[in-house]
Amino acid sequence: MSSSTPTRWTDGSMHKRVRRRYAAERRFRAFGFAAVAISVLFLAFLLFSMGSKGLGGFVQYQAALPIDFAKSSLFLDPATLRGPDAAQTVAGADLETAISQAATAAYGSDAAEMFGDAAVNVLTRQIVADPNILTGTPTLWLPVGSKVDVAAKHDADAPSEHLVNLLRSRHALRAAFNMEFLTQSDSTDPSAVGVWGALKGTFLTILVTIGLAFPVGVLAAVYLEEFAARNRWTDAIEVSINNLAAVPSIIFGLLGLAVFLNVMNLPRSAPLVGGLTLALMTMPVIVIAGRNAIKTVPPSIRDAALGVGASKMQVVFHHVLPLALPGILTGTIIGMARALGETAPLLMIGMRAFIAAPPTGITAPATVLPVQIFLWSDEVDRGFVEKTSAAIIVLLLFMLVMNGLAIYLRNRFERRW
Amino acid sequence: MDMKEKSPMTSTLPGTEPAEAPLHAPRIDVSDEAKIEQAQALDPNREPKMRADDVSVYYGEKQALKDVSIKIYEDLVTAFIGPSGCGKSTFLRCLNRMNDTIPSARVTGTITLDNEDITSAAMDVVQLRARVGMVFQKPNPFPKSIFENVAYGARIHGLATSKPDLANIVEKSLRRAGLWDEVKDRLEESGTALSGGQQQRLCIARAIAVDPEVILMDEPCSALDPIATAKIEELIHELRGRYAIAIVTHNMQQAARVSQRTAFFHLGELVEYGKTSEIFTNPSQQRTQDYITGRYG
Repeated sequence: MSSSTPTRWTDGSMHKRVRRRYAAERRFRAFGFAAVAISVLFLAFLLFSMGSKGLGGFVQYQAALPIDFAKSSLFLDPATLRGPDAAQTVAGADLETAISQAATAAYGSDAAEMFGDAAVNVLTRQIVADPNILTGTPTLWLPVGSKVDVAAKHDADAPSEHLVNLLRSRHALRAAFNMEFLTQSDSTDPSAVGVWGALKGTFLTILVTIGLAFPVGVLAAVYLEEFAARNRWTDAIEVSINNLAAVPSIIFGLLGLAVFLNVMNLPRSAPLVGGLTLALMTMPVIVIAGRNAIKTVPPSIRDAALGVGASKMQVVFHHVLPLALPGILTGTIIGMARALGETAPLLMIGMRAFIAAPPTGITAPATVLPVQIFLWSDEVDRGFVEKTSAAIIVLLLFMLVMNGLAIYLRNRFERRW
Repeated sequence: MDMKEKSPMTSTLPGTEPAEAPLHAPRIDVSDEAKIEQAQALDPNREPKMRADDVSVYYGEKQALKDVSIKIYEDLVTAFIGPSGCGKSTFLRCLNRMNDTIPSARVTGTITLDNEDITSAAMDVVQLRARVGMVFQKPNPFPKSIFENVAYGARIHGLATSKPDLANIVEKSLRRAGLWDEVKDRLEESGTALSGGQQQRLCIARAIAVDPEVILMDEPCSALDPIATAKIEELIHELRGRYAIAIVTHNMQQAARVSQRTAFFHLGELVEYGKTSEIFTNPSQQRTQDYITGRYG
């Protein structure tokens, strides 16, 4: 204070200052609340939009179809369908025409195209399971084709709407849970598509990624933090790793294409190559998170362990690593979540191919969920719209389960000091 | 050594009667300070447990310690006193080569433990640190159970042959550290859940469990309240004779209470080293005189 008069704490100007201070605080709180509210709103909108569009993808309309196998052009003898080759034999028969003829007979000429690939798949399985139905004239519930399915759920062109009304008046149309969507793979017919192939591909790819990126990332972090000498080389490595974490993912795709496919000649479209590429992308994130987590372990713990005669490695593996593990796992979760949602690098290594069967191993052709979603969103057929949203729901659930597991693991290892 | 008569140790702290039989037989009888001093006088050239000759420490270009020579005897508590930054902790950390963990630190001179050079590359630091235990300024128990804290050292050095054996080592160490009665019913609780004073005694128990020959204490009471401090000091009295003890302290009264030898450090130099009673009553150096009378520090 320059003046010699004592500060007047009860002055009017002082009160004003205090009021201004509180007003600023209230304003700040309001802004913060608004920011949170906007985020929640966006999230709610996303979930609502996905849910309302996508849930329809899990529902499939089925129509009752009386089939007279004797009149059909099928030449299948139930007696020949007992062996293990039954599925192949049935697949060789022209079920599509048989279904088309039966539909025309039951619902008129407009109905000839009402069933699609899904109906053929279901009928094939039913015949293989019980060849005896070939001798009778059963009425079967088969999934309708995409056009009728869309017409039953939304508005569509006049012939389809007419057909739906006809089926409804005869009580020959029902909605059922679309089991096919969870058990089948990609198809050209939207009524027959499923996410199982992509889900399995994602699972295998992530397995390769985590199996490679986690140990390599953690070991690199431990070595750099605890053992490496501090010099220009380690500085250079540190800068490179930090930069690597910021490299756009498609560059990693090009790298994967150049190295894994062209130089090492690994199989195209395989989860192995996808996993390797994503591991390259995830590893820097794990290294950085790991180093930060190791840095936060108090030096007093290291001193304590060294003081009783623990070797450097015992200090690291008995004390530092267990204490750093929650932090390392957090970094791994972030890296994995990013890898799980990655599309671009996988396009480069051929995982955008049309794969109609689930992969049998990490070297078999496969696709992953985000790429599958990308492919379906590009399709013209209207039936793919809700399948795309449904696949997004599956992807989100998959992520939720994975993150939940990781958080559970992290909390288990969390220790206080 | 000529005074190795085995007789039950009695507490040297006045006013504390030993309620039960002593927990450990001291290696050396320290019941009679006068006798020790007498023996010292008779044999001034006896071998010290640890000996430092012309030890200098550099942190990069800066010299933190200048040509320090000190002897640490098996049956005596040696206190290092001096103002902050005088190098006393640095010197202490030379004695079990904890300075190795600081990349820029460089140590010259020789330090011996039982006439064995510990600064040589041939010396195994892991084994050295087991033989020369350390208690730190801030209590630093592992974030593990009390049992695990004490058992850790014994386990990594393979000192226990079986589980009951290990439990025995843990109990013995905790008893020696005067903590057993307070924690015997909650050995599975985290070591960090104890109070500050208990944590520090746990750290002492952890050091004892490896059966060291020397215990270094780096300001062990600076983070503790007076009651906890008194308990640690009492403990130091009880441990004397079994372990050679070197203690760094800021607190001159504490040095006077617990030690028999005192070294006064100032600006990286060892100013004076001698019997505690002489340093505090009749120092030979002016700087020592100034410090202990509170002129600076």
